[in-house]
Amino acid sequence: MNALELDHVTVAIGGRTLVDALDLVVPAGGAATVMGPSGCGKSSLLAYLAGTLPPPFRASGVVRVDGTDVVALPPERRRIGILFQDDLLFPHLSVGGNLAFALPPSVAGRAARRATVERALAEADLAGFAERDPATLSGGQRARVAVMRTLLAAPRALLLDEPFNKLDAQLREDFRRFVFEHARERALPVLLVTHDGADADAAGGVVVQLGG
Amino acid sequence: MTSPRALRAVPVVTVALFLVPVVAGLAGTLLPAFGWLPAIGGRALSLAPWRRLVDYPGFGTALATTLGTGIVATVVSVMLAFGFCAVAYGTPLARRVGAWVSPVLATPHAALALGVAFLIAPSGWIARLMSPWLTGWLLPPDIATVGDPTGWPLVVCLVLKEVPYLVLMIAGALHQVPAAAHVAVARSMGYGRVEAWLKVVLPQVYPQVRLPVYAVLAFSLSVVDVALIVGPGNPPTLAVLAVRWFADADIAFYFPAAAAATLCLAVVAGAIAAWRAVEWIAAAPGVRWLERGKRAGGASAVARVCHAVTLAALGACALAQAGMLLWSIAAQWRFPAALPDAWTLATWTRHAASIAGPLAMTLTIGALATLFAVALASGCLENESRRQSRAGARSLWLLYVPLLVPQVAFLFGAQVLLVRIGGDGTLAAVLWSHLVFVLPYVFLSLADPWRALDPRYARTAASLGASPWRVFVRVKLPLLAAPLSIAAAVGFAVSVGQYLPTLFAGNGRVSTLTTDAVTLAAGADRRVIGVYAVLQALLPCIAFAAAAALPRRR
Repeated sequence: MNALELDHVTVAIGGRTLVDALDLVVPAGGAATVMGPSGCGKSSLLAYLAGTLPPPFRASGVVRVDGTDVVALPPERRRIGILFQDDLLFPHLSVGGNLAFALPPSVAGRAARRATVERALAEADLAGFAERDPATLSGGQRARVAVMRTLLAAPRALLLDEPFNKLDAQLREDFRRFVFEHARERALPVLLVTHDGADADAAGGVVVQLGG
Repeated sequence: MTSPRALRAVPVVTVALFLVPVVAGLAGTLLPAFGWLPAIGGRALSLAPWRRLVDYPGFGTALATTLGTGIVATVVSVMLAFGFCAVAYGTPLARRVGAWVSPVLATPHAALALGVAFLIAPSGWIARLMSPWLTGWLLPPDIATVGDPTGWPLVVCLVLKEVPYLVLMIAGALHQVPAAAHVAVARSMGYGRVEAWLKVVLPQVYPQVRLPVYAVLAFSLSVVDVALIVGPGNPPTLAVLAVRWFADADIAFYFPAAAAATLCLAVVAGAIAAWRAVEWIAAAPGVRWLERGKRAGGASAVARVCHAVTLAALGACALAQAGMLLWSIAAQWRFPAALPDAWTLATWTRHAASIAGPLAMTLTIGALATLFAVALASGCLENESRRQSRAGARSLWLLYVPLLVPQVAFLFGAQVLLVRIGGDGTLAAVLWSHLVFVLPYVFLSLADPWRALDPRYARTAASLGASPWRVFVRVKLPLLAAPLSIAAAVGFAVSVGQYLPTLFAGNGRVSTLTTDAVTLAAGADRRVIGVYAVLQALLPCIAFAAAAALPRRR
């Protein structure tokens, strides 16, 4: 059963405690939201879960995915997907190349890999976009490619670091629905950080307030 | 803001200053290569110089050695630099990479080559450290290392100097791409740290360092001073062959010399074109490699080896310098002792008088060339910011021209022109020849900080009623004091290291530490060589230390 569990997670920088002994369980297919103003440590919390927290920060606590503690593992072995405010598509690869890069090698053979990529693009309403340069896509299209790329890597949990921030209101609502639907379909636990109440409403589930 | 006419002229003067003589010099080399040099009786175009070149008994070997050493040195340097950066990325070492590689970067090529020559010689430090306990040698073995016909010592020296340069260029280019975020994304997909860097950062950074890579390729194929010190002797590389014939007492050798220099130019042009072609051909398989999605491949293992070799190379550079320092204060240093038997400052005092002249000349040329280069580069950048126009990629190519064209190919022609106007051997001529190389490096080191300066400072000062000139002097220069002093140190280091420009523009009558050191390398006392190598390496280090010691404002 996929679930993301945080057990007494603390994040501090200097003498300041940003996250204090947070306990949280996000069930498979469910979501939770961490809210707070900028600088409250919500992105640092996600970085701790992803395994990329830089040295000046200190953090402790157990993070379990599927019941196993991942804290000692390097980021590449945690299988925790993350989406940022920026889509971070690789400019040196085509749209299809970005997706194929994420696809595990267990999907073997060029034809099978291509088919999987095409299917993912169709799911994102981007059928036929494989050969396109990411730079030629609109912001909304790029955001959807970034989601599909993260999902194709077959993560066991999904972290969202304010990925809705840069989109305008209408696009934002559609995109939220798109992300949560796909995560639910794959039964992924989703942890969202944001400072926008509407994001939390869309996510449903527990809301944790940090700082402020 | 508008710019006064004088300021607008600066870019034109700058380009004219170093491009016109380069082009004229190239013409002055190409024509004699086809028999045209009326001053010494060449009044008809012919292929005779080429026939003489090709008939030279060692021609084929010279060409093959040139190509072999130049290409191997470049491929190895590029691999080591990228491998090092892939493994070091994000580590504390990478954050202070400048401090690690700058000393090697500042060391003149000749000084490092002299040090390496001592490391690898049969009676050198490596042999001493392994004798007699491991090798059983009580006398230096009768084997050839320095001057080996395959040219491997030349490759070693070039790699030692070029890896730090490329590492610094890559470190600079990393700021232009969202490297950290892309590595984080790739790691969340299951790619290891090094694998992620190689697959998502390297492809984005490579286009940014393409010109420096070509400059390394051009330099490796046409280097003269390093090849004179550790390169093969007979036949030598093409560039050395050209210089040797130019210097021949028989002026008839001018013609085949010009042909050799022209061939050197063609070799460099062909190699750059071939390198570009390989980039094109490799692009498609490269993309397929990324799209296969393999999380752990051999690439990161190769990168780890490159990282280790690079660290060893930096260690070898330090050892080479230390060896020179020890020799300069050694009274006696018998084989196979690892350290001198007795110490003395006698070598320094005995040669103080003969060093004073070249030392003063080195300092004078270095200071003047740096002053001119910093002034011209600042003028160009100030003009650019006032006109709010960014020099395009094409002008960057212009800046790289002197670094991509082999020195022998235009310095000979330039010398012929200088002789005609009676300017050869003058300080002004040597100064110009140094500026051709000092200016691009100063400009490249100054351009990024200058362009990154927040334009609101200047606008605020202007709104307070300051004239553009006052804004420049009272606001911009103080804000840019640190980059300006570093650019000056870079310029000075480049000038101190120049061998061929000093030799040609000075027509053999201007001696600097570098020209004397290369001359001495042929067989002088190692203690004297040590003194010259230490001084040569010391001057740029002092310049960089002074630049770093200047008070900084945040």
